[in-house]
Amino acid sequence: MAYEATFGDVLRSQGVSRRAFLKFCSTTASLLALPAGTATAMAEALSETRRPSVIWLSFQECTGCTEALTRSHAPTIENLMFNFISLDYHHTLQAAAGEAAEHAREEAERENAGKYLVLVDGSVPMLEYCSTVAGISNKAMLEDACTNAAAVINIGTCSAYGGIPVAKPNPTQAVPVGHIIKDKPIVNVPGCPPMPLAITGVIAQYLTLGKLPELDHLGRPVAFFGENIHDRCYRRPFYDRGQFAETFDDEGARKGWCLYKLGCKAPVTYNACAHLKWNNGVSFPIQSGHGCLGCSEPGFWDMGGVYESVATGKFGDGTRLGAAALAGAALGAGAAVLARRKKAHVHEEDAG
Amino acid sequence: MSARVVVDPVTRIEGHLRIEAKMNGPAIEQAYSSGTSVRGLEVIVLDRDPREVWALVQRICGVCTLVHGMAGVRAVEAALNYEIPPNAELIRNLMIGAQYVHDHVMHFYHLHALDWVDVVSALQADPKATSELAQSISSYAKSSPGYFADVQKKLKGFVEGGQLGIFANGYWGHPGYQLPPEVNLLATAHYLDALAWQRDVAELHAVFGGKNPHPNLCVGGMPCAISLESGNQAGTALDVVGLERVRNIIGQMQEFVHQVYVPDTIAIAGFYKDWFKQGEGLGNFLTYGDFPAKGYGDRDSYMVPAGVILNRDLSHIEPVDLDAEDQVQEFVAHAWYDYGAGKEAGLHPYQGETKLAYTGPEPPYTELDVDNQYSWLKSPRWQGKPMEVGPLARVLMLYASGDARTKEVVDGTLAQLELPLDALYSTMGRTAARTLETSIMVDAMQDWYDNLQANIKSGDVKTFNEALWDPSTWPRKAQGVGRMEAPRGALGHWIVIEDGKVANYQAVVPTTWNAGPRDAQNQQGAYEAALAGHTLHDPAQPLEILRTVHSFDPCIACAVHLTDPNGEEVLTLNVQ
Repeated sequence: MAYEATFGDVLRSQGVSRRAFLKFCSTTASLLALPAGTATAMAEALSETRRPSVIWLSFQECTGCTEALTRSHAPTIENLMFNFISLDYHHTLQAAAGEAAEHAREEAERENAGKYLVLVDGSVPMLEYCSTVAGISNKAMLEDACTNAAAVINIGTCSAYGGIPVAKPNPTQAVPVGHIIKDKPIVNVPGCPPMPLAITGVIAQYLTLGKLPELDHLGRPVAFFGENIHDRCYRRPFYDRGQFAETFDDEGARKGWCLYKLGCKAPVTYNACAHLKWNNGVSFPIQSGHGCLGCSEPGFWDMGGVYESVATGKFGDGTRLGAAALAGAALGAGAAVLARRKKAHVHEEDAG
Repeated sequence: MSARVVVDPVTRIEGHLRIEAKMNGPAIEQAYSSGTSVRGLEVIVLDRDPREVWALVQRICGVCTLVHGMAGVRAVEAALNYEIPPNAELIRNLMIGAQYVHDHVMHFYHLHALDWVDVVSALQADPKATSELAQSISSYAKSSPGYFADVQKKLKGFVEGGQLGIFANGYWGHPGYQLPPEVNLLATAHYLDALAWQRDVAELHAVFGGKNPHPNLCVGGMPCAISLESGNQAGTALDVVGLERVRNIIGQMQEFVHQVYVPDTIAIAGFYKDWFKQGEGLGNFLTYGDFPAKGYGDRDSYMVPAGVILNRDLSHIEPVDLDAEDQVQEFVAHAWYDYGAGKEAGLHPYQGETKLAYTGPEPPYTELDVDNQYSWLKSPRWQGKPMEVGPLARVLMLYASGDARTKEVVDGTLAQLELPLDALYSTMGRTAARTLETSIMVDAMQDWYDNLQANIKSGDVKTFNEALWDPSTWPRKAQGVGRMEAPRGALGHWIVIEDGKVANYQAVVPTTWNAGPRDAQNQQGAYEAALAGHTLHDPAQPLEILRTVHSFDPCIACAVHLTDPNGEEVLTLNVQ
């Protein structure tokens, strides 16, 4: 290839102004809670960069994570795909099929050795015949693609923690990516699916700063998974006052009272749904009347029934909470303690 | 040994699909369709609370993100005779309708278009001529010469940059591409437009379901209570602002479908009339029916009727009974599963079994053993016959049952293209049917919305029926079918409930009907039948295979699934 455009060249050729470009960088910086002044440094770094190669591997998945990516509005999928990254392998979106698609992957791995990102959605079955692409088992393709990768980003709960294929009785002996790849930096962006902003935010930070974000004990970016949904929920005041919806359309449900008694898992779930919200800020599950499923937590399918209140044994039922409205603040604090305990518990499981 | 063409991965679909074609010279003698990935999803719904099954089965697919959840909710409601309020039915219709419009448009532009549109050729287009063309077929506002020049400039920068990304290694320049550069530029512009449009219209699901993909649902109605307050006092996202947003989105959908999607389809189809003569497949069509006007239980009120059409005979529609043991059955003769009654047996979903029994080659492999078992998909049959499901089946069922709007749309389009009705039985006919049903759907959405608004104005804000929410009110044993017309076709979830828990669960989904392997009688599935006889210009660039397979809009994660109360016993598991 005689000439390869840098990021800045591409943007200029597409009529993206420096101002618009800086705006993208500062949006990214603020999303990731990076220090002031970072945006300018990012813009300078980016304008000299060839678009980084991204290889997206789809294993035991439902394509919900790709669908989530296409809903991203900052940056948009068009912008990401055509201006910021080179999406060199992605089954759902790429033009080439069969051998031509596999060649595209192999070329990208060779030309960008040591520099490309591997993004994975879906778990990997240890019964290798249970999932193949081009006749190659998912495990073999993962190991091959990661050999010369700079880093791995797990998109969604399935690749991060195993997700639904791993739920009991795990018929295909599926495992998360981290059980196979041990020698590369790995970022987990869980959720079923993950929030689009969390996917693009992590990619954008890597593009702009050349490094991966700060992670919590479960390998998740603190910027998106550092806070408890319950602590940021607009219905939290009702919880603290002991006002609960009893069904999906009683007076409390219409007035936005707390969904704790309908099984909401927000007190034990760390994600940005309550403050960043979904689909351009339109809503999030709790705002549309259903409790949180806890979908970004490891093992969430086995965290207790969807409609069972979390830890009722420890807290008593909602009626007692309601009667003890004055003690609401204390109970709220109790939930936070519970959440931390849960977090520590999960940590142990993960380590074990 | 005859030559074999293999396409794996088949890209621009959902999931993992492999096509092998046994060649006779340049022509496909026999095609083999293989789903190559299995998750074993349904085993985990057993013994769970039936009210939460929708959340698990919804994860069968994130593209058809709504439909398995909806079928799961309806299965439980059908088993319990659980009625839902009219508002909930209208909201569900709106959500399913939105799924059609979103899915079909994305399929056309992002999954299927590159089979017909040569992106690189768009660089040769005259933007002014493209603008004139656009304005001659549509009143869509984005049609100035400058608009197309900008798109072309972007594309040029992208291609000349040397990193082609998702366009790398496409079959650009293949002689099968027959569009003039101006039509290629028009379609490329709308590829980008549709990416932005889909992001906006997905917000409809977020209003009612909290997010998209994977919006929330509930047994007994909808979880989104209607808030009588708005602004900072709004209790939920479904307040006057949310409703107004839904109204606007329906308008956005109508604009894009009527002014972009429909005219583009007709414009592109006009250059590919030879594709109205091949790719038919089975000639048998099946629908389960959907979009109730007077409740799920009143099937006569469904907008799309249920039925079977055999051998293209539109004068006769066979009735469909999903509870009858001799109607819907699944076979595993050529699939990697065993049945207790032997490989030749067919089982009705209530008695469904799924025992993994892989007999294929150890990976890595180059060819499957197509004479024996070759897929993780089963072979569903109706009274022993293979069926095509999906938009073409629905359009034909509506047409055959005399639906006036469908007749008008179909006859008008065929007249415009100067094609006979038989042209529908083809690759391009299938693609055109998908577009035409979208235009019918997007107008129906307006009616559902108006009815919802009228109910709310008259004081009816009920969205949930709590009568049977408590499992202690249920009979000890119950069973039912949740039926749907998903965007990709007839979908059924069969549930058996015992003592308040799931005792058996079985999903038979659209892509299993279409993409399944041969059955015990050696009858081909719909993909396999449709591919037979295709001539490949260049076996190394199997564009013709992609065209026909994509015309079905494959969704393989949906199609490969397991349901088996015995699965746990049969599998060798090493769970820690």
